[in-house]
Amino acid sequence: MAEPLLDVRNLKIGATVYPPGEPPEDITIVHGVSFTLEKGKVLGLIGESGAGKSTIGLSSMAFGRGGVRITGGEVFVNGRDILKLDHGGLRKLRGDEVTYVAQSAAASFNPAKTLMEQVIETCLLHGLCDRAEAEKRAVTFFRKLGLPNPETFGNRYPHQVSGGQLQRAMTAMALCPKPDLVVFDEPTTALDVTTQIDVLAAIKEAIRDTGVAALYITHDLAVVAQVADHIMVLRHGKKVEYGTTKQIIEDPHEDYTKALVSVRSIEHEEKRPTPAPVLKIENVTARYRGTNFDVLKNISVDLHPGQTLAVVGESGSGKSTLARVITGLLPPSAGRITFAGRELSREQTARKRDDLRELQMIYQMADVAMNPRHTVGTIIGRPLEFYFGLKGDAKKKRIQELLDEIEMGKGFIDRYPAELSGGQKQRVCIARALAAKPKMIICDEVTSALDPLVADGILKLLLNLQKIEHVAYLFITHDLATVKAIADSIAVMYRGQVVRYGSKSDVLAPPFDDYTDLLLSSVPEMRLGWLEEVIAHRKMESAGN
Amino acid sequence: MKLTLSATIGICLTALFVLSAIFAPWIAPYPLDLAVGGVWEDPSSQYWLGTDTIGRDILSRLIYGGQITIFVALASSLLAFSLGAFFGFLAAVKGGWTDQILSRIVDMMMAIPSLIVALVILSVLPLNLTVLIFVMGILDSTRVFRLARAVAMDIAVMDYVEAAKLRGEGQGWVIFREILPNALSPLVAEFGLRFIFAVLFISTLSFLGLGIQPPLADWGGMVKENKDGLIYGKAAALMPAAAIAALAISVNLVADWVLGRTTSLKGGRGG
Repeated sequence: MAEPLLDVRNLKIGATVYPPGEPPEDITIVHGVSFTLEKGKVLGLIGESGAGKSTIGLSSMAFGRGGVRITGGEVFVNGRDILKLDHGGLRKLRGDEVTYVAQSAAASFNPAKTLMEQVIETCLLHGLCDRAEAEKRAVTFFRKLGLPNPETFGNRYPHQVSGGQLQRAMTAMALCPKPDLVVFDEPTTALDVTTQIDVLAAIKEAIRDTGVAALYITHDLAVVAQVADHIMVLRHGKKVEYGTTKQIIEDPHEDYTKALVSVRSIEHEEKRPTPAPVLKIENVTARYRGTNFDVLKNISVDLHPGQTLAVVGESGSGKSTLARVITGLLPPSAGRITFAGRELSREQTARKRDDLRELQMIYQMADVAMNPRHTVGTIIGRPLEFYFGLKGDAKKKRIQELLDEIEMGKGFIDRYPAELSGGQKQRVCIARALAAKPKMIICDEVTSALDPLVADGILKLLLNLQKIEHVAYLFITHDLATVKAIADSIAVMYRGQVVRYGSKSDVLAPPFDDYTDLLLSSVPEMRLGWLEEVIAHRKMESAGN
Repeated sequence: MKLTLSATIGICLTALFVLSAIFAPWIAPYPLDLAVGGVWEDPSSQYWLGTDTIGRDILSRLIYGGQITIFVALASSLLAFSLGAFFGFLAAVKGGWTDQILSRIVDMMMAIPSLIVALVILSVLPLNLTVLIFVMGILDSTRVFRLARAVAMDIAVMDYVEAAKLRGEGQGWVIFREILPNALSPLVAEFGLRFIFAVLFISTLSFLGLGIQPPLADWGGMVKENKDGLIYGKAAALMPAAAIAALAISVNLVADWVLGRTTSLKGGRGG
């Protein structure tokens, strides 16, 4: 066997953490991980947040993010231990041999320089070629990555291109110096699902054509299955399982990997609409103050008691604005909202207390949805006190009941949000909403900031609570897997309009309109060759047109 | 969190000042207003810090003067914080016209130097402690308003504030229970600073003859009484000046420590 390009042996990485109110503490975040990567191969690193995948990826450039240090082990690139390199040697390594593609392209580009300047910067600084040659290379990559007008694309500034294009430009930037290894750190995570597929296909093709090796870091197993030759599953800084992509997807050995593969296996039977919807939205149009553009156009949807309406769409489609209109934070310019048989005031401040109580909301970021200076007891107890006047022992008892309902134990009542995990935080937010005994809860992307397994737990909990409390959910999400798992009816939104609306089985069954078709076919499936099939299918269709 | 050396020094000195102010009648070796020795005597075993322009014991007057100085500064800073923080939070939470009106009033007040405003007002109104505290408190509240509004603006856009509004909570809960606990640490640090400015301000006013009136003693007034001694090489005026400086430094040491402590509280904004 040829000498591997990247050989990581028993890598240990440590960091210093500063727990609130306590002295700093040294912890180990990667516990002796070893792997090798051959020339031209792609290794997928997968795991939930905190698994150490980005940290391991960056260690192949001998780099540690703020406060992170490599404490043990060896990292060989092209046969030499890069952890022993001096400053000049590292500088040559980064950019010549190993390059990096970051998650948020929008935050990583310098807004004051054109794309071309930034794409060829490494080549020029490292003296790899002259400007003319570098620009030629860049244009070649722009073309290969399917960017529009490759000859002039580089003249634009970062704000003049879309997020997906920017992510492809960053891939071009990483490939331009012709490195041996590229580290992709969640390159498609921040993109909409319809954009993700194009970027994914472009990256895959570029990797194949240039023969570069890659580390592909992501938390989405379905995505990595499309691009990687091998997959390493990580958890808590340890290797859980390593194997070929085929083996990991089709025959996982470890329980954790099995759970990752079978995620979103929730069974949910669709319920039939009732004659009296709890929420009826009729012809609602809305715009933000000071703009002359309707963000919501003529929306009409119903939500039935004890059921779930999923509102799906990509970012900017107006789904969160719909939530703001329903809660009254953004008064609609036209249309009617009827809730539990009575018409709701447009303005939130003009609403009756019962309307406020019966319509609760759960937010995407549980971190900022809870006051960091309040204990769990105060957070859940306040609605009880505010709406029902509960005090003292009665309140405490009810808080405990609610904590039991969200499957959290006794010890949590005096904890602060900072002392909870991401999933626990979201559970407390659910309990706060339930405390008001609502008829309906708006769930705004409640699982999208969570790791897949944790998100699964939250969805199961929500479904369970729906059975017990008979509460209706308006579930806003961009994740179609979630929709399939929990919805009774679905509204697909695109540019402020509902383009498709009906029961789950109707919406998810052909014939589709163009947008729904695009959306549905863009959701990565957990099998090999899915990406090629979709791309081939789309090419055929566009050729047919 | 452990006490740092600077915090220990700050707390000890501040405590010393406060305790000696509280227990002045028992600690002071001589009465406040009795000429006990010659004019501008040098420090001696009898008069530890010497005597002043009419032969009163400087140490005794410093101790009594601390009473007035600290009380007036504390009272006016508390007033400034209550007013400034409340209106600052209100402006941030309400926004719109409320914010515009409050902010413009504050801009107007800040456009004129506070010392000039204070001098004008104090020369019209009767000179007593209450008036002094109110004038200083209101003038100082403009600075607190600025800070409180800026801090609250950041907090008011958080989802938990929106959640409280959606619950139907009144302005009071939003301001005092949602925003105040999260805005406390920058405000506490600012309190230390503003308290010192109040001490300096009242000393300035007294020096100019519009602050604390004789026979009461205060540190600024004592500098004024004894400033002529400097010409003759007498250090009497430096004693109250040194007291002002020492109080300023020690309170700031404590404020620094409190800031460090509160920010690292559970759920605080970073360490």
